[in-house]
Amino acid sequence: MTSSVPTINASDRERLREAHPEVFHRSIMKRYGLLVGSGIVTLYLVICFFAFNVGPAFMNGQWDRASLYIQDWYSWRAQPRLRFEDNGTVKAQWSSRGQYAQGADIFWLKPTETGGYTVTYGSDADRLDVTTSRVDVYLNGTAYPVTISEDAATAPADAPAAIRQDGNKVLVNYGYEGQAEIRTSQVYVQRRFLGWANFLFDTKSDFWGKSWGQLAALATIGERLDPARSNIGHMVDDFLGNNVWQHADILSKLLQTLVMAFVGTLLGTLFAFPLAFIAARNITRSRAANWGMKRLFDFLRSVDMLIWALFFTRSFGPGPIPGIAAIFFTDAGALGKVYAEAVENVDDKQREGVKSVGAPPVIVNRFGVVPQVLPVFISQSLYFWESNTRSATVIGAVGAGGIGLKLLEAMGTNADWDKVAYMVLLILLVVFLFDAISNAIRSRLIGGPTH
Amino acid sequence: MATISEQNNGSRRGELGPAASMMMQHYRQQLRTRRIYTAISIGIFLVVLFYSLQFANDANAGKFFERLPYFFDFIRSFVPDSPMEIFRAMFDLPSPYADGSLKYNYTADRHYITDTLYIPNFIYQLVITINIALVSTIIGSALAFLLCFFASTNLVGAGITRFVVRRIMEVLRAFPEIVIAGLLTAILSIGPIAAIIAITVHTIGALGKLFFEVVENSDMKPDEGLRAAGASWVERVRFAIVPQVLPNFVSYTLLRAEINVRASTIIGAVGGGGIGEVFRLAIGRDHAAKTYAIIILLLVSIIIIDQFSAWLRRRLIGQQSFEFGRGAA
Repeated sequence: MTSSVPTINASDRERLREAHPEVFHRSIMKRYGLLVGSGIVTLYLVICFFAFNVGPAFMNGQWDRASLYIQDWYSWRAQPRLRFEDNGTVKAQWSSRGQYAQGADIFWLKPTETGGYTVTYGSDADRLDVTTSRVDVYLNGTAYPVTISEDAATAPADAPAAIRQDGNKVLVNYGYEGQAEIRTSQVYVQRRFLGWANFLFDTKSDFWGKSWGQLAALATIGERLDPARSNIGHMVDDFLGNNVWQHADILSKLLQTLVMAFVGTLLGTLFAFPLAFIAARNITRSRAANWGMKRLFDFLRSVDMLIWALFFTRSFGPGPIPGIAAIFFTDAGALGKVYAEAVENVDDKQREGVKSVGAPPVIVNRFGVVPQVLPVFISQSLYFWESNTRSATVIGAVGAGGIGLKLLEAMGTNADWDKVAYMVLLILLVVFLFDAISNAIRSRLIGGPTH
Repeated sequence: MATISEQNNGSRRGELGPAASMMMQHYRQQLRTRRIYTAISIGIFLVVLFYSLQFANDANAGKFFERLPYFFDFIRSFVPDSPMEIFRAMFDLPSPYADGSLKYNYTADRHYITDTLYIPNFIYQLVITINIALVSTIIGSALAFLLCFFASTNLVGAGITRFVVRRIMEVLRAFPEIVIAGLLTAILSIGPIAAIIAITVHTIGALGKLFFEVVENSDMKPDEGLRAAGASWVERVRFAIVPQVLPNFVSYTLLRAEINVRASTIIGAVGGGGIGEVFRLAIGRDHAAKTYAIIILLLVSIIIIDQFSAWLRRRLIGQQSFEFGRGAA
């Protein structure tokens, strides 16, 4: 291959050097600028790494909890307590957040004839046979009896790593399927299943525990469960009134967030529209008015959305009003600036045309300026609407209410990560939907596909 | 309009031939349809706006018109004891009103470097917030830079790669920042790292989208030249695409840095630390002087950052307005 490369002799080299000085004699800045720049950035990142204590924070992070929280996003845990009663039987106890109705038939938790319980973890080879005197732990078909005395539960000496003695209690780990904690007076069982428990109906509902087929049949041809209302209405009521998932509350909070973004952006647009004409140098021939209006926009824009949000939360109480006000004030400034720039860049010929037939100033602007800038105005407002739908969530968390606050509450308990996942899905859905709508409107207005 | 119709129907009708009068009729018909559509859409808009406002008012803890008078009361009562107090709160100087309460304990928050030299607390927190924004902008833009070439039609033939990369960017962009921050706070305990990662994730998505649009609009002639010389894909990207798009990339990144400073204040208020948290506490506890001190600090620093980045962007790419890029915020 090298033979095909033309050789360059000295005079050629000289000629090329002369012809392209910018390639061969680059300034120091150009030659080493990138290297120095990336060196400085790397140094800065290293300094920040130590200043923010990133290393220790990651080392002290509770990563076991992290995997638990992540699993909670898409699966749920049933956590009954199997208490040893005085009469030699075992009783299953559920907390108030239990996922099963009273007296429900649970396929993995069966009472035995001797008064004990059998807990299966996936298959019969992995199970617990619980009685008050001993718990037989089956791992892959092999039994390891855990004996229970007055003051300790004791694991057998040959037990594998999945069975661990911890003081006077024994911990059994079945991996993803769950775990158990055997104590002297009870067994804490934790069983994990894929999906969201009782997402549609809570245990108090008449529709709880029914299969999709049964529900479809009830909705269409089945007898009315409650003579006063139709089954579909009944289902909707029970779904919205689901105590565990609080669908009605979450949906209304989501609507609040959407209203914040919509009304805030709309009012900002309506406010910025006339003022942009005052701020534009070519429309209003008063330097003082232009300058004052532009500084007003700068001020509104520069005060952080957070400041507006907290300020109005203090005065109006939590809810959508502070959210609307915060978005309105920041957007009025930002939109005003963009609008004013658009108006300053209009083609003057159309204005002159309308002016030449003797139209008053309002008409000149209406027919000479507005038709030119309206598509830009609307497309900018749509961009802001999209972006505000996202920022309204965060503003809400600060105190303005809406889905943001709900998210913060759900995360604060550290037990409702499934609900967090649900709300995140709703938010993603809404954001994508609105992106699509605003893209569609924009491309119709401006013409041609935009991203 | 009246004059035109008079002309049309009146004595001078003869001046308008049959073709012209048909056109006139057609025009008026179109005008009418258009006006009806405009009226209907404005009507729908107003109805939606009205119900939205009503819904917002009902959902709010305090009702708008009930609270409005108190709103001005709040502003009136929310004044510092003296204008100097704002200055003292800002620089952690001892206050003459000090009574041991949190409201006037400015000096307690000093961050001492040496025995006598200290950084005032608010400025310290502001520096943290700005650094959070900078770090996440740098990391986020670097990752977006790496990703964006795989999302652009003119560089990647495989539709599936493009589709996957674009969807990843969209999810990163739309994923609520507070959830990432909240999850990481639960794992790593409270601190700026959660905020950094949350903002970084969002930055990757937002910048990635803008970046690949720039790449798609770049001139493909240099690429063809390199391809003809037998350059590999990486070499083509490095020497044909990157030099063209770099000024725009830097400009978008600077714009993003501005947005991220605001974002990190807000995330800070939710639990990420920094000036946002201090501000939330100050306004929540009615500490007027501290609140105004923080507002002034934030306002000044945001204006400085905006002006600096606007100046830098103008130097890089000339007078082109890049406010339009805010859409991907």
